[in-house]
Amino acid sequence: MSEFSQRLGRGLVRGLPLLWLALFFLVPFAVTLKISFSSPATAQPPYLPVLEWDGGLEGWREFFEALDFQNYQMIAADALYRDAALSSLGYAALATAILVLIGTPTAYAMARASARWQPILVALVIVPFWTSFLIRVYAWIAILKPEGLLNAALLKLGLIAAPLPILDSPFGVLIGLAYAYLPFMVLPLYAVMSRLDPALTEAAADLGAGRARTFFTVTLPLALPGIAAGALLCFIPMVGEFIIPDLLGGSDTLMLGRVLWSEFFSNRDWPLASAVAVMLLILVVGPVVLFREAELRREEAAEGGRR
Amino acid sequence: MSLFARTALALALAFLYAPILVLVAYSFNDSKLVTVWGGFSTRWYGVLFRDGPLIASALVSLKVAVLSAAIAGVLGTCAALALDRHGRFFGRGAYTGLLYAPMVMPEVITGLSLLLLFVGIGLDRGIATLVIAHATFATGFVAVVVGARLKGLDRSLEEAAADLGAGPARVFLSITLPLIAPSVAAGFLLAFTLSLDDLVIASFVSGPGATTLPMRIYSQVRLGVNPEINAASTLMIAAVGLVVLGASWLTGRKGTAV
Repeated sequence: MSEFSQRLGRGLVRGLPLLWLALFFLVPFAVTLKISFSSPATAQPPYLPVLEWDGGLEGWREFFEALDFQNYQMIAADALYRDAALSSLGYAALATAILVLIGTPTAYAMARASARWQPILVALVIVPFWTSFLIRVYAWIAILKPEGLLNAALLKLGLIAAPLPILDSPFGVLIGLAYAYLPFMVLPLYAVMSRLDPALTEAAADLGAGRARTFFTVTLPLALPGIAAGALLCFIPMVGEFIIPDLLGGSDTLMLGRVLWSEFFSNRDWPLASAVAVMLLILVVGPVVLFREAELRREEAAEGGRR
Repeated sequence: MSLFARTALALALAFLYAPILVLVAYSFNDSKLVTVWGGFSTRWYGVLFRDGPLIASALVSLKVAVLSAAIAGVLGTCAALALDRHGRFFGRGAYTGLLYAPMVMPEVITGLSLLLLFVGIGLDRGIATLVIAHATFATGFVAVVVGARLKGLDRSLEEAAADLGAGPARVFLSITLPLIAPSVAAGFLLAFTLSLDDLVIASFVSGPGATTLPMRIYSQVRLGVNPEINAASTLMIAAVGLVVLGASWLTGRKGTAV
């Protein structure tokens, strides 16, 4: 085969995904950024200005002059958006903390299980991850609602006198977040913990450390890259979560994903929805960069462990 | 395993599966109320199979899932090959970033920005825009699955083929591709289920006449618990269970850890 066709093949293999993602992932962000500086209009499309391609240089000048910061000024002035941003970060942080607390012992137990059981346990954690997210969140409504199963059980046991309003409350949102993202936390953690050299914990035990001491001084520090990767993998999408606050939170549950949704679908204010999207993007871009670095470190640790 | 580890594991699995079991159980409940067990019945499945709009949207979802998973399968495999085989090429860091960012990006952002692009270039919303959107966010997942397989591949087989005079294309088609085929199939299945599941991105980019199954389900569950949706969910869970079994069989036991 000629040198040319070989290089062409390599170029295609690398270039096709690049071209697709640039066109359908990067360019849309640029479009969103532009529309966040536009004004809403009762037209098709519902924003102004729209660039006239045949307008020449004059057209471009008019186009750029019509762009302004009014959507951002509105976001800055209205406490709703600030509160939504803060509460999104709060929910995501709290749920991530809960996930670390549930996920770490789960992954540890999976890694300590016998070799025959490990693949079965991994499959058991993955199956819900493949099952519809929407359906799994919806399933909680029947459990959490005032006349639902959880309240019925608690009433029967005599633990509560009246049904607790868990559905449509912040508590419902936290349960939903912890539930839906648990596999994302457990799997990277398990990946790290199952590769740890058993000689290390054996050495700790030989030197007289108990199980708890061994876990906190040997296993946990070595598993930190996995915990960091899992935490960020959950935190980032949770900040922009829509389905969980919408189905399990009350009408007063403020999260940015939901604010963006209602600006777009209910108020049909595309420019303001775009500005909220840009704001959400700014909130998650830091964690995304951290996630990439955590992943790189995790891969290095995994490769180091294999040698 | 210690008692503590056993308990932690049992609680976590109960937490993961209890809601699903409740959902499945109540799909067979004759009563419309969640707290009342009205006896075993399959009547909600009957209601489901006579629900024309729901079946129509299931067909839309299947069509979109097959097409987008096929595109994501090709793109994700290409990307995984580029990352594994092309060494430290220029812009490699940005390349992986671009590949993996759609996986963690909040769906409301991906959905809104894709819609704005489609409106901007005047592409009519419908099946085509759904396929493009789903292929875009599934490509990274396929690349992860195929990449994991490529990493563990024994390179000596390819080197032997090359030594025996096979060109790069021949080596790829007769050695590499058959070896990674199970992971490509698993990646395809993952992309397929991700597409079938997506509500948020689809709500933004779909148009009239292209209502997907999750969009239909969402419009009904917003009004509260609905036994017909429980029946539909049970069927979907059963289908996914079969797909997962198939995928873990394809990738071999070790490969199930995605």
